[in-house]
Amino acid sequence: MTREMLFAGFGGQGLLFSGKVVAYKGLIEDKNVSWLPSYGPEMRGGTANCSVIVSDDPVGAPIISNPDILVAMNLPSLDKYESEVKKGGIIFVDSSLIERKVTRDDIDVYYIPATRLAEENGAPTLANMILVGKLLKVIGEYDEEHVQKALGKCISARHADLLSLNLKCMEIGRDYE
Amino acid sequence: MVVFDRPHALVDIPLHYCPGCTHGIVHRLVAEAIDELGIEGRTIGVAPVGCAVMAYDYFGCDMIEAAHGRAPAVATGVKRSDPDNYIVFTYQGDGDLASIGTAETVHAAARNENITIIFINNAIYGMTGGQMAPTSLPGQVTQTSPYGRDVKACGYPVKICEMLSMLEGPEYLERVAVNNVKNVNKAKKAIKKAFQNQIEGKGFSLVEVISACPTNWGMTPSAALKWIDDKMIPYYPLGVYKDRSAGIIPGAKEEA
Amino acid sequence: MAEKVLMKGNEAIAEAAIIAGCRHYFGYPITPQTEIAAYMAKRMPKIGGTFLQAESEIAAINMVYGVSSTGKRVMTSSSSPGISLKSEGISYLAGCDLPALVVNCQRGGPGLGGIQPSQSDYFQATRGGGHGDYHMIVLAPASVQEMAELTIRGFELADEYRMTAMILADGTIGQMMEPVSFDFAIKEAPEKPWAVTGTKMERAHNIINSLYLVPDVLEQKNFERYEKYAKVAENVALAEEYLMDDAEIVIAAFGIAARVAKNAVNAARAEGIKAGLIRPITLWPFPEKAFKKALGTAKQFISVELSMGQMIEDVRLATECKVPVSLCNRAGGMIPSPEQVYEAIKAAAGKAGK
Repeated sequence: MTREMLFAGFGGQGLLFSGKVVAYKGLIEDKNVSWLPSYGPEMRGGTANCSVIVSDDPVGAPIISNPDILVAMNLPSLDKYESEVKKGGIIFVDSSLIERKVTRDDIDVYYIPATRLAEENGAPTLANMILVGKLLKVIGEYDEEHVQKALGKCISARHADLLSLNLKCMEIGRDYE
Repeated sequence: MVVFDRPHALVDIPLHYCPGCTHGIVHRLVAEAIDELGIEGRTIGVAPVGCAVMAYDYFGCDMIEAAHGRAPAVATGVKRSDPDNYIVFTYQGDGDLASIGTAETVHAAARNENITIIFINNAIYGMTGGQMAPTSLPGQVTQTSPYGRDVKACGYPVKICEMLSMLEGPEYLERVAVNNVKNVNKAKKAIKKAFQNQIEGKGFSLVEVISACPTNWGMTPSAALKWIDDKMIPYYPLGVYKDRSAGIIPGAKEEA
Repeated sequence: MAEKVLMKGNEAIAEAAIIAGCRHYFGYPITPQTEIAAYMAKRMPKIGGTFLQAESEIAAINMVYGVSSTGKRVMTSSSSPGISLKSEGISYLAGCDLPALVVNCQRGGPGLGGIQPSQSDYFQATRGGGHGDYHMIVLAPASVQEMAELTIRGFELADEYRMTAMILADGTIGQMMEPVSFDFAIKEAPEKPWAVTGTKMERAHNIINSLYLVPDVLEQKNFERYEKYAKVAENVALAEEYLMDDAEIVIAAFGIAARVAKNAVNAARAEGIKAGLIRPITLWPFPEKAFKKALGTAKQFISVELSMGQMIEDVRLATECKVPVSLCNRAGGMIPSPEQVYEAIKAAAGKAGK
């Protein structure tokens, strides 16, 4: 089983971080993983994305042409990558930030008002983690222990408060229907 | 009784320098300083590209030959390798230090790198046969300024001590000359101080030595020494440009 | 076994260098390799090492030259335009037979080029880059784990053969994160009686120098250096061979291109095409034996590169042009897709079948 996931949006939305959490969770589960960011001047404010591959087999190219899963946190990302998603794939849309609907009917789509939910829960910068929580739930990979461990690897021990806030947001995503 | 012997830090082989060239005098002064401070066994010298390129054969301490202009960077590496032990000096001419290696010179000074630099300013490229140097005087005739250095076309000489003295970094900057006994004695004191500073961990110390190049100046050795008095020293005044420990700090003076 | 951590390729290089005993790093910021400098800036002061941001790439490589002269393990890193600047210093390192590790995390060129991944410094790396007759040992990692492994191997080879070892990576491998384990046995650096460490008044002075004004002496120096290079070619050349036993269509690719090519080879095998991959791990010395061996079954070679075709010349030389060699490439910071490589394999198989 190989899952190719693309996290796309504006720089500063934490997409690289959420990709890292998913990759670390894969590593904890003894999967082969890769995490590849777009890099350069577009990192702040412009479009940023990262490609994460989690696989039972060794990862070949870390570059993803046709993702199984797309997490879109702004309209340009959805416009750019919607058509690239594999048939039967899944798109997670932050519906607080993207007004339009996905036009394809050969994929599953989940609309989550992640940014609004994050703001309502006192974590305005963690909409990304709400989406990740939902993503892991939908694909049947939300393992409490592994999620906590992965967060622990990505957030230094000095920021324990941040860790619990991230976890809370992932749970909000997990439980959002 | 021997009253005048070869310093131990100078290897007993013939130097290749031209008759009347003052490199030999400065080599001797450096070697004497090393001897007197008892540091030969832990000193590492860095030779330049230019007439002094083969200085690596002449000094008895361990030596490195650097690429053109890069001696201060090489010396930085050596010093950082074992800062408490190694005594590191570079020996560079004006083309090497004040033209191609200006950036390395300025930044080693800015970092107050704890090294000693002996800077030979004879206002000409010697090894390549007498071309215009960054320190050639306005109007000076050289192979590449055959009608005299035209400042409109090629700008003005670079005054290294004056320039570096504006930096907060360096510890000690002095300009000396080696065209008469009195000046040679002063040069000796300055060079020794530049090494002593390093031993004491005070930082970047550069001694600019106004030197003669009779061959490429087209003069007899004695005329060349006189030309230093008549032309070079008026343009490049001798003296201490910065000595932080002695309170001589030009930048600070202006602020006060 | 040590626990695996998720780390960027550039950071893995830095950590591996520290494990290899490197305590001196000199660099100058340039994308996409700056993580190495940032990592060193953080770590070196805590372990009694030196991190120094030099005033230029030229100064940095000369600081490397200074430390190497004293016999210690030392490194610098940069990306393509910066490596051009360092090439003067690398030539001097070669002329003095000084060991050093230089990392080139390549980006598109020529000139200022771009900041996206590239492999267009292959000629510069494998042919020397600076002036004079010389080589570097050029290592081409294709994963974050290899970034670490080849960094350590690079220091060891540099010391063993008194040469510069270059890690020829690219922006993708530098920027990507993968699991990496730092479970290494480190070979101690050999004795370096040639180093300048102060005479302690116990021996004649050592001189680090590349100047030989008498031509037959300089010629002899070059002869001796090339005898050493012949030994390196014999002992060090290394390649990964993937599905090569019966391969008719042989991909040659290194670094990130090999990762892409492997996907395409798998896809081609699934379609019944006998495809295989030779991935040079050392680019100099070039692993010629793997290519000569492949001639037993190969009908065509395809060189997959992030350049206008540079390694393809070495593939042609190694195979003595006995079968066709074609190019499948992108340039300027673009990466070939597995589909593009697969199409090239299919086209080659079609031709070979006729």
